[in-house]
Amino acid sequence: MSSEPVVQARGLVKRYGDKTAVDGLDLEVRAGAVTAVLGPNGAGKTTTVETCEGYRRPDAGTVRVLGLDPVADAAALRPRIGVMLQSGGVYSGARAVEMLTHMAKLHAHPLDVGALVDRLGLGGCGRTTYRRLSGGQQQRLALAMAVVGRPELVFLDEPTAGLDPQARRSTWELIRELRADGVSVVLTTHFMDEAEELADDVAVIDAGRVIAQGSPEQLCRGGAENTLRFTGRPGLDLASLLKALPDGTQAAEITTGAYRITGTVDPELLATVTSWCAQNGVMPDGIAVERHTLEDVFLELTGKELRA
Amino acid sequence: MSAGTYTPRPGAAPLPRMIAAQAALETRMLLRNGEQLLLTVIIPALLLVLFSAVDVVDTGAGEPVDFLTPGILALAVMSTAFTGQAIATGFERRYGVLKRLGASPLPRWALMAAKTLAVLVTEVFQVVLLTVIAFALGWSPQGGPLPVLLLLVLGTAAFSGLGLLMAGTLKAEATLAAANLVFLLLLVGGGVVVPLDKFPEAAQSVLGLLPIAALSDGLRDVLQHGAATPWGDLGILAVWAVLGLGAAAKFFRWE
Ligand SMILES: Nc1ncnc2c1ncn2[C@@H]1O[C@H](COP(=O)(O)OP(=O)(O)O)[C@@H](O)[C@H]1O
Ligand SMILES: [Mg+2]
Repeated sequence: MSSEPVVQARGLVKRYGDKTAVDGLDLEVRAGAVTAVLGPNGAGKTTTVETCEGYRRPDAGTVRVLGLDPVADAAALRPRIGVMLQSGGVYSGARAVEMLTHMAKLHAHPLDVGALVDRLGLGGCGRTTYRRLSGGQQQRLALAMAVVGRPELVFLDEPTAGLDPQARRSTWELIRELRADGVSVVLTTHFMDEAEELADDVAVIDAGRVIAQGSPEQLCRGGAENTLRFTGRPGLDLASLLKALPDGTQAAEITTGAYRITGTVDPELLATVTSWCAQNGVMPDGIAVERHTLEDVFLELTGKELRA
Repeated sequence: MSAGTYTPRPGAAPLPRMIAAQAALETRMLLRNGEQLLLTVIIPALLLVLFSAVDVVDTGAGEPVDFLTPGILALAVMSTAFTGQAIATGFERRYGVLKRLGASPLPRWALMAAKTLAVLVTEVFQVVLLTVIAFALGWSPQGGPLPVLLLLVLGTAAFSGLGLLMAGTLKAEATLAAANLVFLLLLVGGGVVVPLDKFPEAAQSVLGLLPIAALSDGLRDVLQHGAATPWGDLGILAVWAVLGLGAAAKFFRWE
């Protein structure tokens, strides 16, 4: 797509007192894509998206959302975006369907509330007040509130935090449906698998800065190489194996009978290794590719664990 | 849901529709809350019945109900516009409701307008209920409806300003405690059920400047004594309204 970015932040700085939460952050979000802002707790994800939503005025730098200034042009911007806060946002005495119906009434062409309730599995708790909903139900209601007004762009702040695996999958699916229908999605997460599975673009942030940005594939391709492991007969002739493999590939018997091959692990390399094993009468037990993950990328870039 | 369901079609609803929907929701939230109902309906009604039937306090010459009803109406206004609104809004702020609505197409002034409408609707319920009870107890009101209406509206403005100031600046728990305490203190010391002239002279002049005292005194002047327009009390309420709403507008924090 050649259209303008839907979010453009340049040199964004946001401080709380003398604590700098966002420190010169640059971010660009493509129209029609799912963009994940990935980082550990306290990295500045919420501050970043809330600045885009118009809740906070940047201390320095500029933010444009759909070409508008989120603070100065708030009235024009608000109807066009959908917002899911990291928590809360609903009257504690309101029922799920009541709150969603209310949000729909604030918009000109809302989604069908009944269908959305069914889609998110909130049908069973339609008459339960918010404070009595489970954490997962509260999350799904907040998600529904973000999309019911048929926005062009949605901001989802940790949309799957606290969800069980099934609810998490179903939220992912909804996000994919949004993208398929042309909605741009910005989500924050500290789950690297979520970013890998869901996002077209990932902005990895730490201490208020973007430290890497790109598609999950691009991010994982850079940096360290991948690993192939298997076990077999001890004392294999690895020199003969390495002759069949591309230059730069390494192989080692790390413990007796346990082998590790590092390099560019692609289908060809895998085929070469297995056919070499076949020629040498070796059964490569438990053969497994260890992909280089965003977790590794984060570790390399910051020297820290993502979930620390 | 089929392909194209989520195809963007953004837009705000027309303003009157948004405000009506918001006011209806706010009213439902008020009426659904048990503690709020205790404060806004049950306590005023009980006080009216109890103090009319049993001569606990000396209410001066005339029927106790003629003295009590104006004070109880003032109390009803305070309970909804000040206490109830402060507590509800304080918790809405705490639970991110105000924040979330701030990202919706509903402008902030429209949210405040809707809250005011919800308070007024609740007050209409209260006034109708308390008037029916008062008549059953033999109430015979004097005066015209216009000054009464004016007093109720200005009283609502004064109490709303103070309630929102509290809700928008203190923590929700502090608002809960303070709003209830103020309710109790003003119930006793604001000329609602205990005539102000039971207090020492020095205290009287200070207490007389409280919004609750101005409202109950003004209502009593009209409804009990048939006065035309209690300008002094209206003036006190107007000053409170300007100060309270002005400070709330300046200091209110949405998060
Ligand atoms: N309202 C606030 N007042 C003071 N500090 C804050 C506030 N909000 C966030 N912070 C601090 O700013 C940093 C970034 O926070 P946040 O944007 O919430 O990060 P994330 O969403 O990635 O967890 C954290 O160190 C946090 O403690
Ligand atoms: Mg956060």
